[in-house]
Amino acid sequence: MVRWERFKKILAKTYIYLVLLLMYAPILVLVVYSFTDSDQLGIWNGFSFKLYVDLFKNESLMDAFGNTLLIAVVSGIVSTILGTLGAIGVFYSEKRFRQPVETMTQLPVVNAEIVMALSLAILFKVLNTRYSFLTLLVGHLVLTVAFVYLNVKPKLMQMDPFIYEAALDLGASPRYALFKVVLPEILPGIFSGFLISLTLSLDDFVITQYLKEPSFETVSTYIQKIVAKHPIPPEVRALSTILFAIVLVFVLAITFYNNNKAIKLLKARRGRR
Amino acid sequence: MAKKDVILELINVNKKYEDSYAVENFNLYVNKGEFITFLGPSGCGKTTTLRMIAGFEKPTSGQILLNGKDIGSLPPYKRPLNTVFQRYALFPHLDVYDNIAFGLKFKKVAYEVTKKDGTKVTKYRKFTREEVDAKVTKALKIVDLEAFESRDVSTLSGGQQQRVAIARAIVNEPEILLLDEPLGALDLKMRKEMQLELKEMHRKLGITFIYVTHDQEEALTMSDMIVVMEDGQIQQIGTPLDIYNEPKNAFVADFIGESNIYVGTMIGNKKVRFLGTTWECIDDFPVNQKVDVVVRPEDVIIKPLGEGAVKAKIVNKIFKGIHYQFTAMVGNNEVLIQTTADHEVNTEVSLSIEPDLIQIMNRAYDANIYQDAYINKNNKVVFAGATWDCDITQLVNGSSVDEKGYFSTPDGKKYDLTDLDVIATIDMKDIEISDDLEDGNITGQIIQMVWKGDHYQVIVRTEEEEDFVVDTEWTWNELDTVSVKIPESKIKLTLKEDISKYEI
Repeated sequence: MVRWERFKKILAKTYIYLVLLLMYAPILVLVVYSFTDSDQLGIWNGFSFKLYVDLFKNESLMDAFGNTLLIAVVSGIVSTILGTLGAIGVFYSEKRFRQPVETMTQLPVVNAEIVMALSLAILFKVLNTRYSFLTLLVGHLVLTVAFVYLNVKPKLMQMDPFIYEAALDLGASPRYALFKVVLPEILPGIFSGFLISLTLSLDDFVITQYLKEPSFETVSTYIQKIVAKHPIPPEVRALSTILFAIVLVFVLAITFYNNNKAIKLLKARRGRR
Repeated sequence: MAKKDVILELINVNKKYEDSYAVENFNLYVNKGEFITFLGPSGCGKTTTLRMIAGFEKPTSGQILLNGKDIGSLPPYKRPLNTVFQRYALFPHLDVYDNIAFGLKFKKVAYEVTKKDGTKVTKYRKFTREEVDAKVTKALKIVDLEAFESRDVSTLSGGQQQRVAIARAIVNEPEILLLDEPLGALDLKMRKEMQLELKEMHRKLGITFIYVTHDQEEALTMSDMIVVMEDGQIQQIGTPLDIYNEPKNAFVADFIGESNIYVGTMIGNKKVRFLGTTWECIDDFPVNQKVDVVVRPEDVIIKPLGEGAVKAKIVNKIFKGIHYQFTAMVGNNEVLIQTTADHEVNTEVSLSIEPDLIQIMNRAYDANIYQDAYINKNNKVVFAGATWDCDITQLVNGSSVDEKGYFSTPDGKKYDLTDLDVIATIDMKDIEISDDLEDGNITGQIIQMVWKGDHYQVIVRTEEEEDFVVDTEWTWNELDTVSVKIPESKIKLTLKEDISKYEI
């Protein structure tokens, strides 16, 4: 009996590690092979930083990288502002208005990206708009704003709905109450909404491809363009590794911060008894 | 109460949501320094009224005067009032000190400056840090939280959070302190303690308190004046003693304390008949009028058989600590009795009540009367949002309806009664309620129930805001959805307008 229990435990752990391995092995391979100068993936020519050097020399790739960051950050900031304001507005509005808006925000989340991209492309054609950074921004906002809304909303629901009124009652103007009382409460939601919209827009291809200016390339569209005629440039391995490292540092930092906060809170609670 | 030093006055205040009134025709004045309580069951409009005073809701119509000035259109942050919220509504990201100091940031103090040419100018400045410090310390002392300044509010217990919420409000020295069921989330013992502390604070600070609660005991303990509300309307305004001893109607009697309520009939000068006997009383009502009679359980005296006014049998006994509570049956009627003397269950006794302890009041409802009924083109009667197939020939003696649907009277005249206005009356006893929603003609929600000795008087409200008052022997719960079944033969119709207009 005991042996069977132990076997089950081992089985469960093996399963988890297997899944994790499947998830991380490709990334690991990529990282490892970013430190060799072979053109083909899978051939180890000895350790070298050549790809990293090449990466920074490859101007069009660096351009694409810069563009990717630019659109991600700009659309991230704008959609965080729009999504947060939307969530607050909907939260404090009447029920019969709230319900339709809730449903409408679900749609971009489940809708196929290609449908969004195509319909926006057609819309801009009908409006006779020239594709530019602005059209691209609109596309990325449509993609990401719903996710910000969905991240902020639960924070609002968790918040004591009367703290806004309490602030007004104590003499704060509506603006002061919003920024100094409501905002601190929903900040974690706003932040995670920003991160998600950043991520979504960083690796977006479909919408970008349809709505960008022809000369404007992001990493994904640039690679796609190259791949049509040439093999994937090896520098992309270095670029991917850098991107992964940035994300890793970010995630670790957030986890560390949250853990620290939880420990502090726990200590404070213990101090009460 | 006398109008002395009025600080707040509400004149004809109404609040309408969509089609229904949350607060209706609210008139009240509050004297400076009073402790006034809005008391009523949930949904009676007491919190809505408080929120209108605080400025979170705008009245649909009516005026709210503070020191004689209309503040109805002022936003909450410009009203010199502060609120203690039901769930505290403390700011979680601020510590105790900053929570309490929050309101002081917006306060302006006037001070005079003498210019070089000797003229004096009034200027405004904010509180200095030392002033804020002193005020917060004082507030913390009032609520007994001296050592808690730098604590995170999430680490405080419910009672402590409540104290912070009170300190946060009183530190601003408001003209009126509004308290919205502030003790509702505390356990019983803590609540009792805080009741006394709040009362003490009120005495010391001299600020006017407006307190909202559904707990009648809390209201009786703390208030100078109680406003009993039900269904958006004021039922009674009075001191705790008045409200307890002289309830204005059966609802107030039922809601405040425990009471025996019976349907009685006046049968002579200051003589009322209920529980199958005639009783002397001190209230004068017209002879033969149906009245509601209220007797408090502690006012019923148990005497040996033959010595009291009416024979009763004790059927139930509960020991309540300082007294016993008996249930005795007089015929079909239950009588609740509280006394310190012990009696055995199943003994026959005699009951008596002193004349001045029999409280007699007008009946709020006698029958269901629908003034706005009319006849539709199929000769059916429409009222209370439903169509009823009742006998319309009762409108005129000896009349009939021919096969074409025309109404003919014995004098040979014919009428098309489409759109004729009539009055429909249904006796309370003739309406049945059922939990089978398909069973009745119309469905609604039970909004009020009062036990009347041997039956409940229940008010069912339909979605169209029509009320049916029903006498029923069965126990229901408030807010139950039920169907109302009215036998169409029991609907009495009378003409409301001249029928001759409808002659053809």
